[in-house]
Amino acid sequence: MAKHSNALQIAALDDAAARIGLEVGLSLANARAVCPDVQVFDADPVADAQLLNHIADWCDRFTPLVALDGPQALFLDITGCAHLFGGEAALLQMLCRALMAQGFVVSAAIAGTSVCARTLGRYGHGRIVADGEEAKAVKPLPVFTLGADEAIARGLRRAGLTTIGDVAARGRHEIAARFGAGFTALLEQALGQSDAPISPRKPLPDYIVEKRFPEPIATDGVIAATLSSLARMLIDAMEKQGKGARRLEASFFRTDGAVRSIAVETGQAVTKVAVIERLFRERIDAIADPLDPGFGFDLIRLSAGRTEIVVQQQRDLDANVHDNDELAALVDRIAARIGPRRVVVHLPVDTHIPERASWAAPAQHHLAVASQAVWPARAEDEPPLRPLRLFEHPEPIKVIAGVPDGPPAQFRWRRATHAVVRAEGPERVAMEWWRSTGEMLTRDYFRVEDEAGLRFWLYRDGLYGREKVSEEGMPVSPEWFMHGLFA
Amino acid sequence: MSGARTNTLAHLRGSIERIETHADTYAPDRAPLGHAEADAALHGGLAHGAVHEVFCEGRQSAAATGFIAGLARRVGAQRPLLWVRQDFAERETGALSMSGCQELGLDPRQLVTVRAPDVETALRTAADALACDALGAVVLETWGESKQFDLVASRKLTLVARGSGVTALLLRVAAVPTASTAETRWIVRAAHSPPGMPWGVWGAPILDAQLVRNRHGPNGHWIMEWKCDECLFREAPHSQPVAAAAADRPAAAPASAQRRAG
Repeated sequence: MAKHSNALQIAALDDAAARIGLEVGLSLANARAVCPDVQVFDADPVADAQLLNHIADWCDRFTPLVALDGPQALFLDITGCAHLFGGEAALLQMLCRALMAQGFVVSAAIAGTSVCARTLGRYGHGRIVADGEEAKAVKPLPVFTLGADEAIARGLRRAGLTTIGDVAARGRHEIAARFGAGFTALLEQALGQSDAPISPRKPLPDYIVEKRFPEPIATDGVIAATLSSLARMLIDAMEKQGKGARRLEASFFRTDGAVRSIAVETGQAVTKVAVIERLFRERIDAIADPLDPGFGFDLIRLSAGRTEIVVQQQRDLDANVHDNDELAALVDRIAARIGPRRVVVHLPVDTHIPERASWAAPAQHHLAVASQAVWPARAEDEPPLRPLRLFEHPEPIKVIAGVPDGPPAQFRWRRATHAVVRAEGPERVAMEWWRSTGEMLTRDYFRVEDEAGLRFWLYRDGLYGREKVSEEGMPVSPEWFMHGLFA
Repeated sequence: MSGARTNTLAHLRGSIERIETHADTYAPDRAPLGHAEADAALHGGLAHGAVHEVFCEGRQSAAATGFIAGLARRVGAQRPLLWVRQDFAERETGALSMSGCQELGLDPRQLVTVRAPDVETALRTAADALACDALGAVVLETWGESKQFDLVASRKLTLVARGSGVTALLLRVAAVPTASTAETRWIVRAAHSPPGMPWGVWGAPILDAQLVRNRHGPNGHWIMEWKCDECLFREAPHSQPVAAAAADRPAAAPASAQRRAG
């Protein structure tokens, strides 16, 4: 039941409802008139889409190219895959039987073009059309199976064209003039005269290895052993072409249809089995909801993406190269466990606003850049002018100063009062007016030392009497912030 | 006694001997700090491949960070440094500022920071990192007390560090020392800039460093200055004198000495 132009209408129905004469698009009031005790539920398109996605995940076991088609259909590109399952007929049967076992009603067809297969699937279940036979197969079908707009279908009906064959018999220019070029393209695809590519949900991995089990497996030991042997197969396949992978994904297909995918990204291309094993061990250890085998996995797949050519370096002589590799491998391992955004290197940013002077970039991808970065040199023979600890959000403090635009004499921060023994400043930092973001007040920074020897970096926000004025033009007492701590 | 049992006994004796001699011949490389008295107490400097702990009060966190940064610079030389910190520490004591590190002589290019969500992850990451001999040092920074920091965790870190030769530096802000297998333990606070310095020149990191535990030497208490240009610790200029530590015995008995005097 869904709301459509301010009326509750039937969005989907089951066989029993269809038999008593209800149909999609009928309003709830009319449906109640036909059958007073009809059971209705709210339509939930989000949950429907989620379910379809789950089914698509499950279909990944047949081919990596699975595309969503509208809210109720899936395309599977099985080019070159069918022989793995004993031919097209066996594949179709296996797929439909498994889906029916999960409680779905399936209508499927195999054809040379995606639109042709969809047209056949809409009309009936289980057709397999050989190459070149598409036109013959779809011609007797009614036009609604093409899946064109409601308006086009109505127009065709009014013109007396009831089957696809009728439409195909007319001149293309007539059809295009009346129903648009889009419809003729659709028609040609259904007849097998042209083809449109499907858009798969996931990018096609460069390498896939997988293992199927006649008996589902569920124990950790067997899963780990399977992953190791898959890793070995994957590395062998990549090694032949001198490649290494920077993205690895392990997919676990459960017997009940659920699919769990675990991906690991690395900063340097992986070329060793041990590395793959270790990365997945770290990742699987760390995931919040552990791998749940349920009644067991019957297919485990390992795929490699973002592969690149690996140049074999002479490692024994150059200790530096070895060190860099070790560090990169360590970073990859930590990132696999706690997430790539938590391992960072620091890059300089060309700005004089203290809190923006460095950028924490994910270490996996910026390790080499960071080691080459150029930081501004420090002034010799000077005490440190920047604090060692910097607060991301400066903390407001209460300050007593001798004169409003002078250095602080005493301040209160985190419920403790500090008397200033030494103060040095101001160092004036103006905001970047060319990047107008609202906070435009100039800051006057002071280095201060309190009676206990603690050294602070604090600033006054806004120039007294110039930037900080009331509406009447009178100076307003400025605000102070704690921004950092010196060693 | 049957032959097999004699064999087993001999084997066991052999392993015990190996363990004992290993402990005796433990003589790691040492990185001199630059402060003469401290180096003397440490037999030449801070041991590589060991765990060193630095404790401080919550408000002294920046001073302790400066001290740790200095130690890391001395121990790690110019090799990469991994700084593991608990998320909470960042909120409480501020993030590590790269300009600040640069001014202390710690190269930001060599620094990799790990932000661990909790103490357990931080400990595990540090142990992992210690096994990687490409690093110069690993700093583990946590805030507050945590029961995960027990003797077992400490021993684990010590063993990994000894195996790889990478030094572990533990910064424990707002925590009190508990039993551990650390090689040295320090309590650090900020010290005053020396009086009578010209206007504007004050502000070099001057630290009150107390060595409260030293496995292979005496303890001590010194005021040190970190020289940013030379990247080493020095005696602080004109600092007020501090009672010299006894060189022949650990300085752990001031309380009883006071009682005798009274």
